[in-house]
Amino acid sequence: MTILHVDNVRKTYGGNSYALDGVSFSVEKGEFVAIIGPSGAGKSTLLRCVNRLIFVTSGEVSVNGIAVTGLSNPSLRRLRRTIGMIFQHYNLVNRLTVLENVLHGRLGYKSTIAGTCGFYTASEKNRAYEILHAVGLHEHIYKRCDQLSGGQKQRVGIARALIQDPTLMLCDEPIASLDPSAAKIVMDTLRDINTRLGITVVANLHQVHVARDYATRIIGVNNGRVIYDGLPKDLTIDIIQKIYGSEAHDLILADGDTHGTH
Amino acid sequence: MGLKHTTSFSQMVTHMARIDFFVRQRIVAFVVFVILCGLVYVSIVVTEYDVAKGFTSIPKAVRWSTENFYPDAASFKKINKIATRLSDTIITAVTATTCASLLAFFFAIIAATSTRPHWLFSLVSRAIASLFRNVDVSAWALILLFSFGQSTFTGYLALFFVTFGFMVRVLIETIDQVSGDSIEALRATGAGAGAVITQSVIPACLPQIVSWTLFMIETNIRSATLVGILTGTGIGYLFDIYYKSLNYHAASLVIVAIVLAVLAVEALSNTVRRMML
Repeated sequence: MTILHVDNVRKTYGGNSYALDGVSFSVEKGEFVAIIGPSGAGKSTLLRCVNRLIFVTSGEVSVNGIAVTGLSNPSLRRLRRTIGMIFQHYNLVNRLTVLENVLHGRLGYKSTIAGTCGFYTASEKNRAYEILHAVGLHEHIYKRCDQLSGGQKQRVGIARALIQDPTLMLCDEPIASLDPSAAKIVMDTLRDINTRLGITVVANLHQVHVARDYATRIIGVNNGRVIYDGLPKDLTIDIIQKIYGSEAHDLILADGDTHGTH
Repeated sequence: MGLKHTTSFSQMVTHMARIDFFVRQRIVAFVVFVILCGLVYVSIVVTEYDVAKGFTSIPKAVRWSTENFYPDAASFKKINKIATRLSDTIITAVTATTCASLLAFFFAIIAATSTRPHWLFSLVSRAIASLFRNVDVSAWALILLFSFGQSTFTGYLALFFVTFGFMVRVLIETIDQVSGDSIEALRATGAGAGAVITQSVIPACLPQIVSWTLFMIETNIRSATLVGILTGTGIGYLFDIYYKSLNYHAASLVIVAIVLAVLAVEALSNTVRRMML
């Protein structure tokens, strides 16, 4: 079953340069797709076109068979609540508690009044406790988010996405601001979500070896175009060089695993 | 040999570029200094300001103040009257500031890049705020005097307008800086506009909103004195009366009372700020 279909998507911010230049691919249910590429390749833009945080200039994106571009506001809200999203900078309300931030994930299901007043049902609150237990944050439920470490903040972000009951999870550089051990916990959590809950994951990643370790499929993007779309094991050094261009050399030196296959 | 020559030549070029950078900085600093000196000289000539006289009159001013401008025993009999007028002024400043801040918040919401419904709202909101902000509070007082006469309401409106203009500007920046990221996250969950504002913008910006409002209350108590002189209300009017009737002792007591009130409000707002963070 196709969860996400991206068809010839272009995005320009005015002028002749394209942030996305004719991107097409499909994601099946249960896949763990890693999108890799150098900074400024258009990875973040691509991800944001999926839930229409950014409008595409031309082309079409559909999620669960629903075309995103033409949606009215209420329909867009209904679609967005089935798509979880986590961010490089976690995007939490730092002055609120962990619990409150997790419950924000339910706002898409609320009427205007209930949402504006922040009314949550008892079952929603119980679910928040359960999820926080599952991601290992049960000791921090009533802490303000600005008291947490980066890895803990990202897990709050994951909990906020999970409480939406998403079918698709978008991850925009989820570990780019984390130290290696926190990054591993976050990536393991994402893999867990993917394999055990069957939630499809599409993640922008900076590190080739992380993408290889966790993804079931890798899409390489450069200059707004898809350069590679295939299995992690088929990602050769030549292709990496093509994806990263002049940045490839630094990348390979820093990555012992890739260097070994040379 | 040839290679060596090229290397040393390119090194020399880099070396020169480095020196050039600092030399250029010094030249720029010197030019700015000369321009400033020129401006000072031109203003002295235009205003016919006598530099020597300006400085020598300072001791005279100090002597006059210590001889006349201090509260004496007789002036303390007026303390009740001063206290009533002062509290009028403080209340006017506080209500004008809080009401203006509240209205400013709505204008800021529709103007901030991360929350505006359409860029046109932003343009209109910013234009209105800019108009209110860029006319000085004393000018507003004089303009409003025609319509509303010598009343507290005139002063209230003058303070309201300027505070509104200032707060819109400050809150727009606060909203974009502080809550931009979490707004994006809440949008992505499918939250409606109302929920985004109450669950993300307000909690994230609350300390700044309160802090700026308190700052404007302090500022407005000071401005309220001037506005009072112009509109014939509050503590400013009392000062004006005493001053013009040559009762310098009572006038000085008014000044002391204002300074104490401002210090008290400052201390209070600092306490509130500490508790908020």
